[in-house]
Amino acid sequence: MKRIYVNEDWCLGCHLCEYNCAFANSGEADMAAALKGKPLFPRIHIEEGDKICYAVSCRHCEDPLCVKSCIAGALQVKDGVITVDQSRCVGCLTCVLVCPYGALAPNENGVMQKCELCLQNSCGEPACVKGCPNRAIVFEERSAVL
Amino acid sequence: MNELYITPEFEVVRNENRCIACRVCERQCANEVHSFDETRGVLRSDEIRCVNCQRCVSLCPTHALKIVKNNCTLRENANWQNATIKEIYKQANTGGVLLSSMGNPKPMPVYWDKILINASQVTNPPIDPLREPMETRVFLGKKPDVLRRGADGKLLTDLEPQLSLSMPVMFSAMSYGSISYNAHASLAAAAEALGILYNTGEGGLHEDFYRYGANTIVQVASGRFGVYEDYLNAGAAIEIKMGQGAKPGIGGHLPGAKIVGDVSRTRMIPEGTDAISPAPHHDIYSIEDLRQLVYSLKEATDYKKPVIVKVAAVHNIAAIASGQPSPAAWRAPARISLPSTAFAAAPVRRRPASAIMWASRLSWLWLRSTSGCGTRASATTCLWSSAAPSVRRRTL
Ligand code: SF4
Ligand code: SF4
Ligand code: SF4
Ligand code: SF4
Repeated sequence: MKRIYVNEDWCLGCHLCEYNCAFANSGEADMAAALKGKPLFPRIHIEEGDKICYAVSCRHCEDPLCVKSCIAGALQVKDGVITVDQSRCVGCLTCVLVCPYGALAPNENGVMQKCELCLQNSCGEPACVKGCPNRAIVFEERSAVL
Repeated sequence: MNELYITPEFEVVRNENRCIACRVCERQCANEVHSFDETRGVLRSDEIRCVNCQRCVSLCPTHALKIVKNNCTLRENANWQNATIKEIYKQANTGGVLLSSMGNPKPMPVYWDKILINASQVTNPPIDPLREPMETRVFLGKKPDVLRRGADGKLLTDLEPQLSLSMPVMFSAMSYGSISYNAHASLAAAAEALGILYNTGEGGLHEDFYRYGANTIVQVASGRFGVYEDYLNAGAAIEIKMGQGAKPGIGGHLPGAKIVGDVSRTRMIPEGTDAISPAPHHDIYSIEDLRQLVYSLKEATDYKKPVIVKVAAVHNIAAIASGQPSPAAWRAPARISLPSTAFAAAPVRRRPASAIMWASRLSWLWLRSTSGCGTRASATTCLWSSAAPSVRRRTL
């Protein structure tokens, strides 16, 4: 399955991926209309240290702890993509506790949201990858299983 | 005394309707032009520092930015134009001397750019380079003056060390420290992929790039930074830099602030010390000194590496660079067995990454160089187009 991988050597720390993510999932056609003056709830986050920065989003684990732990059955596996059924989420944050990557976070209404590879939204392919100016995130098939 | 206010050269224009305050411009501007006003939630700009690199413009996700020329004008007349007055103000304010990239910011005539060398019929038999593959490989190095045969009558084909280039293009020298690790990594990788040579410049060779040795020319300059036995043996050839295309006759100064970590280690000088390259080589005060340095380098590398002398192209330079001081010495024989001489291609203009023109057998090489460029291309295009290797690759 194609997954998102990061190459931290190439990351500029510009945070554009976060904005492209939030825009792709906003349903708006214009970025300014979607994001201007609003708090940002992206599904990808930049981790920054003194000399390193890289993007972190869901790894779409083969054996997803979040799915196992969800008390409401809101997290599901669809063709290898881990998705969240927001109508079922009760906001207990158990998934946040178990995910080893910190890939889940609540949206503005306290309901869980996570990277679903932009397969269902207007972008159709990962917006973070498409918009990364330095190709620090890639969407590709790799043999190593997570 | 207060400094005279000089209006910034550029204006940063931000379309507030588009700006989403993502702060990408603030994070990415190397000159800290943009800043975020937390209380008002808006971006501000300090235009005086903008150098118009366009990085913020290209990264702004909503295309909210443009950089425009500041049209605030002084009272001009034919003798005193805006630029002249401002340059005087700037130099008076700072006490410094303004330097300009490309050596000369004014459109002075460059005669070389106007020379067309039409390399007709340089292959035997003549071919049509538009339809037939044309070999562009070039060998640089000392060629024998006479044919020699062994006792059995067979031709002796042992040559002095030669450099082989898949096309007559080379990256000119820019040192690690003056340009970044990533820039050196790109040059080395590009040189390897194209089968040509890049040049370390005078800052030594970073340990990560020893693996590109076959595509590397290591430089020995007046500061002798990073020069030791393994370095000399690491590349395909050694270049003695006497003069440079960027500023011939002038030395170099890399401020101590840049001499940190890997740069300090690679240059073999303590962190924080200024890297000063004297204008002259203190090893070379005469043609005989140059000869001695060439032989020192040859000794250090077991006569396996060609040694190149890079020097600004002034008159009589051929004799100087090839170690032919006078007719007497010529008889003596003091002439150095140099494989090639690199002339700094642009004596008055800084041309980073431009190819240096090499001339061992001058006219012969010009012909060879141009042979790769199609019969109608001018030598200028051929020799100076290394700044855009991808373009070259298509043409060749
Ligand atoms: S868009 Fe790319 S370069 Fe910018 S922060 Fe994200 S991963 Fe890094
Ligand atoms: S949310 Fe975390 S645990 Fe669940 S699939 Fe993604 S990375 Fe794995
Ligand atoms: S990058 Fe563009 S949108 Fe983002 S803060 Fe700067 S001007 Fe505004
Ligand atoms: S053009 Fe370059 S220097 Fe000017 S504000 Fe933008 S990033 Fe900074």
